[in-house]
Amino acid sequence: MSLSLDKLPFRTPAVVTAIDWSRLSDTDARRLRNLGFDEGVAIEALHGAPFGKDPLAIRIGRMTVAMRRAQAQVIMVEQKAA
Amino acid sequence: MTTIPLVAVVGNPNAGKSALFNMLTGARQKVGNYPGVTVERKAGRLFLPDGRPIELVDLPGAYSLEPSSPDEEVTRDVVLGKQDGERLPDALLLVLDATNLDNHLRFALQLIDLGLPTVVALNMVDLARRDGLEIDPQILERELGVPVIATVAVRRRGTDELREAISEAVTAARVVRPRPVAVEDFTIVQRRARAIARKATISETAVRRTTQLLDSIALHPVAGPIIFLTIMFLMFQAVFAWAVAPAEWIDAGVVSLQTMATGTLNEGPIRSLLVDGILAGVGAVIVFLPQILILFFFILLLEATGYMVRAAFLMDRLMARVGLSGHAFIPLLSSFACAVPGIMATRSIEDPKHRLTTILIAPLMTCSARLPVYTMIIGAFFPDRAVAGAFGLQGLVLFGLYVAGVFGALIAALFLRMTVTRGTPRGFLLEMPKYQLPQLRDIVLGLWQRALIFLKRAGTIILVSTVVLWALLSYPQPKAGETALESSIAGKIASGLEVLVRPIGFNHEIALALIPAMAAREVAVSALATAYSIDAEDEAAAEQPLKEQLRGRWSLPTALAFLVWFVFAPQCLSTIAVTRRETNGWKWPAFMLGYLFTLAWLAAGATFWTATALGL
Repeated sequence: MSLSLDKLPFRTPAVVTAIDWSRLSDTDARRLRNLGFDEGVAIEALHGAPFGKDPLAIRIGRMTVAMRRAQAQVIMVEQKAA
Repeated sequence: MTTIPLVAVVGNPNAGKSALFNMLTGARQKVGNYPGVTVERKAGRLFLPDGRPIELVDLPGAYSLEPSSPDEEVTRDVVLGKQDGERLPDALLLVLDATNLDNHLRFALQLIDLGLPTVVALNMVDLARRDGLEIDPQILERELGVPVIATVAVRRRGTDELREAISEAVTAARVVRPRPVAVEDFTIVQRRARAIARKATISETAVRRTTQLLDSIALHPVAGPIIFLTIMFLMFQAVFAWAVAPAEWIDAGVVSLQTMATGTLNEGPIRSLLVDGILAGVGAVIVFLPQILILFFFILLLEATGYMVRAAFLMDRLMARVGLSGHAFIPLLSSFACAVPGIMATRSIEDPKHRLTTILIAPLMTCSARLPVYTMIIGAFFPDRAVAGAFGLQGLVLFGLYVAGVFGALIAALFLRMTVTRGTPRGFLLEMPKYQLPQLRDIVLGLWQRALIFLKRAGTIILVSTVVLWALLSYPQPKAGETALESSIAGKIASGLEVLVRPIGFNHEIALALIPAMAAREVAVSALATAYSIDAEDEAAAEQPLKEQLRGRWSLPTALAFLVWFVFAPQCLSTIAVTRRETNGWKWPAFMLGYLFTLAWLAAGATFWTATALGL
């Protein structure tokens, strides 16, 4: 089942299935690519900031990246089978 | 004549590039700026095993050859040989973080494709091992086609091999031009990088356990904010407590220099310029060096450990409310020491409008130059007694002034983002580096460089402005029956200024003090002292401490208005100068002066009128 990254429960390993680049600004899209966001990459939501769980701390590959929920919305993920 | 070979250190942010650079060059570093852009250029000397010197330049960290900030643009232009003020490097020293190989290899592949002689430092192999990650440098070397050396920058591991490899890279006698960058699909490079990383990784266990564990505490919904506030509290506590003694030594040093100059030079304009102008003015500013260095010590420490990004993460939500992001947190924190380094630190903010907004609100953070003013007025007008049992009244007032500055800044940001710096709201996208133990060498070097920058500034901008102000206060010479302050140009300006500030409760002496305080806020204290000692009717009155004088001559509403004025007023030429440099023109510093003075006048006025109406 595919869902957007902001809906992914914390500490649930998943894989990026699609990224809607068209919904991102050029700069954001470039930065996201530069940070290693790509289809097929392992991803996991680790933490949310206090007061509203926004921004999120996302593990991508072996790296942790901070991003806002609004940005996480364009990233579709699929949970790994348990 | 042969020139010294130039080797550029390149790599992703957080690859440990600077630590490696510091290890290779030691303290032989020069920090400057690339011409035309506000990007720092850091260069140093490295000696090869045979004794030949190499110029090593530490390029800003970048994620790819597609720049997304002025810093990354410089990195790209240098490696392509297109950067003003830098020749094409003879070789590249590529720094890769072994714990984050697939990500860092992408940029590495792009750089290796340029065809310049390249050496790879596979850095932080110890941390990789801590994370249960074993990488084979030989496989990596085969896949990349360039020498790969495993290093641990913080422990000097791999230095000799690195020097050897650099020596070979620059010795190869050939003229190299960078190949044109293939506009290769980025995803292809990305996948190539991942494939190589997989091949070179011999064994791998769970991901970054230490960092994840620490993050679950540092970013915890309850513990996180408590830890953050505790760190901030300790930091400010230290800034105040530790700086007292060194500040007194500097002050004593300046005073003894003044005494010496007064003793050796004959009375006249030169002595007056040296003693009352240069020594008094520059001395008044360098007493803040200890506070600034202590605050920077903490900032460097927080950055080196990796906590700073967590603090930005925690603050992002609040910043988003006023149209900014967590990126603005670090420059604003530096501004509590001094807005000048704070404004320079905004360079890391990518979005130009976010950056401009942050520059414009940075002067509202309570910098250390405001403290002498606050301390004097609070000491004169607020009794030293406890409120609600535990808190001292004076401390509470001081805290209130800090809070007023922060709230003023947040509200100002909100308005600026809705008007002059309006733009699409940007997200917050930031790599959160792993936690590391800070290295004393890196912290000491960082502090030394900041101290130099500050002293250079004190020696130039502040020196010039204090000399100008001294001239304005000293000329023309008084005629009979006139005081120097009345006859001077500054005195005349003060009379004009008085008309403007009379409605908010300020008198002639305050108007006069505000002029030299343009150089630096704390000068207001000495200016008031001078004005009142000259104005005093007899010797006995002149020798009264300034506090007593103020209590006798100012009403409480005036004192309150004066405090509030200093929360907002941009009384600092250095800030204006640095804003001009960072925004490339006079438009934004002029705007900054305008809006902050307006804000200061309105806020001080509101305070004065309210306090008067309440009969205080």
